[in-house]
Amino acid sequence: MTKNRFLSKLFLYIVLLFLYIPIFVLIVFSFNESKSRANFTGFSLKWYSKLLHNEAILTSLLNTVIIALAAALLATVLGTAAAIGINNMKKVSKTVVMNITYIPVVNPEIIMGVSLMLLFKGMQGIINFQFGFVTLILSHIAFDVPYVIYNVLPKLRQMNPSLVEAARDLGCNERQAFFKVVIPEIMPGVFSGFLMSLTYSIDDFVISYFTSGSSVETLPITIYSMTRRKVSPEINAVSTIIFLAIIAVLIIKNYLENRSLRKSRDESLAVKNA
Amino acid sequence: MKSKLIALPYIIWMCVFTIIPLGLVVFFALTTENNEFTLSNLTAMNDYMDVLFRSVGFAVIATIICLVVGFPVALFISRMPKIKQSTMLMIVLLPMWINFLLRTYAWMTILEENGLINRFLGLFGIGPLNLMNNSGAVILGMVYNYLPFMILPIYSVMTKINESVVEAAQDLGCSSVNVLRKITIPLSMPGITTGIISVFVPSVSTFIISRMLGGGTNDLIGDIIESQFLGNSYNPHLGSAMALVLIVLVLLIMSIFNQTSGEEAIV
Amino acid sequence: MKNTIISLRNAVVEYDGVEVLGGINLDIVDKQFVTLLGPSGCGKTTTLRIIGGFANMKSGELYFGDKEISKLPPHKRQVNTVFQKYALFPHLNVYENVAFGLKLQKLPEKEIRSRVQEMLELVNLIGFEKRSVNRLSGGQQQRVAIARALVNRPKVLLLDEPLGALDLKLRKEMQIELKKIQQNLEITFVYVTHDQEEALTMSDTVIVMKDGNIQQIGTPVDIYNEPINAFVADFIGESNILDGIMHKDRLVEFAGNEFVCVDEGFAPDELVDVVVRPEDIKVVNQGEGMLTGVVENVIFKGVHYEMLVDAAGFKWKIHSTLCENVGDLIGMNIEPFDIHIMHKMKEE
Repeated sequence: MTKNRFLSKLFLYIVLLFLYIPIFVLIVFSFNESKSRANFTGFSLKWYSKLLHNEAILTSLLNTVIIALAAALLATVLGTAAAIGINNMKKVSKTVVMNITYIPVVNPEIIMGVSLMLLFKGMQGIINFQFGFVTLILSHIAFDVPYVIYNVLPKLRQMNPSLVEAARDLGCNERQAFFKVVIPEIMPGVFSGFLMSLTYSIDDFVISYFTSGSSVETLPITIYSMTRRKVSPEINAVSTIIFLAIIAVLIIKNYLENRSLRKSRDESLAVKNA
Repeated sequence: MKSKLIALPYIIWMCVFTIIPLGLVVFFALTTENNEFTLSNLTAMNDYMDVLFRSVGFAVIATIICLVVGFPVALFISRMPKIKQSTMLMIVLLPMWINFLLRTYAWMTILEENGLINRFLGLFGIGPLNLMNNSGAVILGMVYNYLPFMILPIYSVMTKINESVVEAAQDLGCSSVNVLRKITIPLSMPGITTGIISVFVPSVSTFIISRMLGGGTNDLIGDIIESQFLGNSYNPHLGSAMALVLIVLVLLIMSIFNQTSGEEAIV
Repeated sequence: MKNTIISLRNAVVEYDGVEVLGGINLDIVDKQFVTLLGPSGCGKTTTLRIIGGFANMKSGELYFGDKEISKLPPHKRQVNTVFQKYALFPHLNVYENVAFGLKLQKLPEKEIRSRVQEMLELVNLIGFEKRSVNRLSGGQQQRVAIARALVNRPKVLLLDEPLGALDLKLRKEMQIELKKIQQNLEITFVYVTHDQEEALTMSDTVIVMKDGNIQQIGTPVDIYNEPINAFVADFIGESNILDGIMHKDRLVEFAGNEFVCVDEGFAPDELVDVVVRPEDIKVVNQGEGMLTGVVENVIFKGVHYEMLVDAAGFKWKIHSTLCENVGDLIGMNIEPFDIHIMHKMKEE
């Protein structure tokens, strides 16, 4: 029993080690004085300062933020409206729409990338436009929308149907009932759909790679071209900054969740003991 | 708002950005540059059979390794106290938040000829070993990048297994090994199949991992497709034919694994 | 000769530092239908889980016959459990669920088949063998759970509020059926419920629990007629509970009057709880009773009327087959043997 527990702990730690060693290596060498990726010659922050003066990285970072925000916002509006409509559909049409919605989620990214590239190339024959911000935002919306729908739809299903009726009963017209009851009720789903879209957009490389053209680069695309150049220690600095930012966000989120979990547990205990 | 009309913009969107693009892939795969029907793009796939087999082979191996490693991890986490579970899950999933290019790049710095491992071995006069630019490195990259995709769905199904069902099995005479065999694994099946699909699909279609860790000698189907669209050998018709083959492959795998998970909702 | 099959000695259980069982002692007689009864949080389910092997005692012993088994894992115990909400295996059909334990024992296929068949017959589920358990009604799931436990021929069957999820009519039917099964198979049932009526209907022995302690052990008749304290009296059936003073043997004062009763052995002028069942109060004309009160509320309950009568500030609950009008003044009489005197419960 205890031996089993020891072995399973050991196994878990080995897996964690496997997951974290590469990241740890990246972080350590971001402080390396020399360009070497294997020889730590001394502590230095020079890659961080170089990063701050690296025009290409800063521009692509800005591009990434603009594209991700725009795509996530538009996808949230489009997806929330879609979820409400889908929820009202009959079974057959609902199944059809949901199955098509599922495609961008399961489709290999490269397929989505090349198929959108073909679409935009084809459109260029009809309207005159350049690959760049527009194509990037459109393709990001395309893979964001399903996540919004998947987050909002369950909230709609869980919603007590009497809620809207109660609101109507108490004097709301249809529009008021929608904005005063339905929207607040599904808001958590809308918000998590937005956040998910944002993170997927920021992180996306493959689809952006096929739909960005040559004029606009997002951060992942810039990173990719840096890895092609083999030795570029600024990448380590970028990774470290991203990693620390993510850890900070997740620790705050986890702390808040645990606190509310503990609070609700304490409350239920208090009720029990009363 | 009982209306379905509110979904109309999305329906149009879906047609333009999901259905038409896939239609274009099929169209390009079956036509020549002059828009004439042809099967030559598909028959040209014959020359790339070795790449296709390599892609499937690597993806299968990576998926099996992920399953063997990921299932126990999911099991251990699901048996921890509730508050510890969420923290441990966060720790396991944290690396996923770093862009996969960076994570793969990190492995380059570890595995390369004058990378960390070879430096370390060099201290003992061993090597340098050829750790990168081989199939093992590519599979390692797949496992490293997609392992959390296996752990997460299995874990979430496991936490939904009713504790009293496990107790009932013990009550009826199951030892802990038998509980695993007769209850936990069968009831985790939906998570396992989701995990298999979630690891296999990105593995079989990747073009970055093979390029960064495989060193050009281990091209996968994704690399070939990429080079038809953005690379030196520009030929979207051949590229589309390859993409079509990849789509069929993915559909095949999904239909196989969705059948085995055809069990009804877990209570 | 009564054989004890399960005994608990000084069983203490703590969860997160909170004591849920305060050192209980308990003997369960073989082949009896024993019910653990009490409000939620009283420790009845914990007691059952100790016997089943799913809860660990902080201290204390558990005997099966004369063997100490508190360290034995659940799968090695000769008891089986019918779980709250059944806990059927969702990936197996009815037959496979019932055969589960027998297959683990590696019995020959033929024997498994005949024993499962026999059990399905017992619980009226012939023809449902291939059905997925997710597509059974609550009552049917419940029968599968019973069959799945009984097919292993346990010495003791533990049932944790097995009828809680069923509607009233089905619950009544299953009560009778369970009792019949228990008598036919001649095995011990340990049954947990918070429903006092269920406990009284089915049990040979009722164990009333509160706050992790046993209040009273007895036959249903004993528990109903001779509740040991005001808690048991109140929990089992409905009661009027008043403060009283026991002046001497067979004389008690409450509600401003002195009454003759049948209880003896209290200290002179001891403060006591006086319990009178609503159906034991005879309604008479005004002036002819020992007590007088105003009818405040009348509810028709089918068999009887339930009245609330205010007499000098105490609201009496009275069951009567005759209807009085709200606002009427009525007299009330209580026979000596219907007055139950109890020591005050120690304050916690």
